Amino acid sequence: MAGFLRTEAGKGLALSAPASLYVGLLVAAPLGILVAYSFWTQTYVEIDKTLTWANYLEAATDPLVRHLMLRSILIAGAVTMATVALAYPIAYFIAFRTQKKTLWLLLITIPFWSSYLLRVFSWKLILGFNGVMNSALISMGVITEPLTFLLYNEFAVVLTLAHAWAPFAILPIYVSLQKIDRSLLEAATDLGLTKLERFIRVTLPLTVPGIIAASLIIFIPTVGDYVTPSLVGGSQGKMVANLIQVQFGPANNWPLGATLSLVAMASVGFVAILFVILATAMGRRIR
Amino acid sequence: MSTPVSEPLNKPLSAAASKSRRRPLRFPWLLAYAIGYLIFLYLPVLLLPLFSFNDGTIVAFPMKGFTLKWYAQLGEQDTLLQAMVNSLIVGAVTALVATSLGLFAARAFVRYRFKGRELSEGLVMLPLVIPGIIVASSMLVLFISLGLKPSLTTVILGHVFVALPFAVSIMKSAFDDFDQSLEEAAFDLGESVIGTFRRVTLPIVAPGIVASLLVTFTVSFDEFVLAFFLSGNQPTLPVYIWSQIRFPAKLPNTLALGSLLLLASVLLLLTAEYFRRRSAKSA
Repeated sequence: MAGFLRTEAGKGLALSAPASLYVGLLVAAPLGILVAYSFWTQTYVEIDKTLTWANYLEAATDPLVRHLMLRSILIAGAVTMATVALAYPIAYFIAFRTQKKTLWLLLITIPFWSSYLLRVFSWKLILGFNGVMNSALISMGVITEPLTFLLYNEFAVVLTLAHAWAPFAILPIYVSLQKIDRSLLEAATDLGLTKLERFIRVTLPLTVPGIIAASLIIFIPTVGDYVTPSLVGGSQGKMVANLIQVQFGPANNWPLGATLSLVAMASVGFVAILFVILATAMGRRIR
Repeated sequence: MSTPVSEPLNKPLSAAASKSRRRPLRFPWLLAYAIGYLIFLYLPVLLLPLFSFNDGTIVAFPMKGFTLKWYAQLGEQDTLLQAMVNSLIVGAVTALVATSLGLFAARAFVRYRFKGRELSEGLVMLPLVIPGIIVASSMLVLFISLGLKPSLTTVILGHVFVALPFAVSIMKSAFDDFDQSLEEAAFDLGESVIGTFRRVTLPIVAPGIVASLLVTFTVSFDEFVLAFFLSGNQPTLPVYIWSQIRFPAKLPNTLALGSLLLLASVLLLLTAEYFRRRSAKSA
């Protein structure tokens, strides 16, 4: 043992073990217990530990669960698309149209060094019925009645999260743009491609890995987001995380909550894998 | 949330940039878009401080006048001060533990080639991609099953988990730029293993350690969902703010508190960025 610890492999394992064991244990152990809970049932204050599929049946048949699950995935998809679409031109601008790259990257990341909860809260104040946006538009004479479509719906959730995730989209896309060999672009121009053709057939396919990375980083946490749907989603914008929180909080039905967490995680994984396969195939297609 | 800023990879002017320079009359659409986007990014962040000085309880235009009273009232609220103390304790312990774990792991990943290195490197990044609600709910179930009541301890255990990827990646870049031959020279000159680590390795990666401490502290200080599930009756600041958001009468105080937190986070992370760059330069 002591001899092994003096070898390269031994030192590496010994040094990295605390961190990887910590993460490994805190992923595996809670997951195992979550799985166990999902097969139990809640009877008032007690947990009935007879194994049953009842929770999964309830999750599969309850229209509310299906509705919230589907809506969470659709909203997360919309958030991903909106964030990536809004971020791409910025990443392109920083990579190709400015020399002050470091300054721009810094400017873009600074707002995200602040509390996520507070940023979402701020959007609630901006979009509210008597909020900043409406009062500003009214005092400028643009509108006479407050706009009601701003807050408490899917739009507010998508807008808030497109803001919250901005650097997570900009940075990977910027890196993939920056990696493009500039001589490829010159070659495309020399071969007679117009600017648009060059973008669609050369630049865009080469940034597919960046787009995939950005999409996954955004999509996965968004499906399970709790704060934004709670603060700006209203009843139209509630998502599956709100339902999970209710089971662990007020409803006090942990087995059902555990089941919902696992179903949510499985659905996220499934959609994410499907997306990677599709996006990779499309990236090859364009070329 | 913090995102490390990557340095520009290639310096030479791109073909596209030099082309647009030759035609100065063309309207710079992309630049205009970029500026508009910056306004969108900064609007919510600057709004809280702006209205925290407003002499009125409603957050709307026109503004009423300048006041500092919302800030002055913060000092009188005992539950707020207790939450602040809780957050400081959780943040400090989280920063120390996550940075120590990250320091050793990063050293192993950069310095040694061993079986399972890639698996282990992937594993420590995993907390970044698991939805918060799932981490929070599953940890709550685990800790209760183990007989650990929700408290600051459980919050710390959770925060170390989410802060670890940040610590590892900062420490990895600190070790990346580290010149191996310095350690070998120290050995050759008769230093012990511990002596070499303390007198050669540590001083060189110290800026990286400071950056990691500051970033992991801020990650913990700003984290809400895990603390919401795991803090029991010992709220951290974000959990306290969450409880105050519901009361319109408390709104101005919440704005003032929020502004102070924004300022603290930005200052901490700018300092961290300064140290991170210094560690990259000194190597």
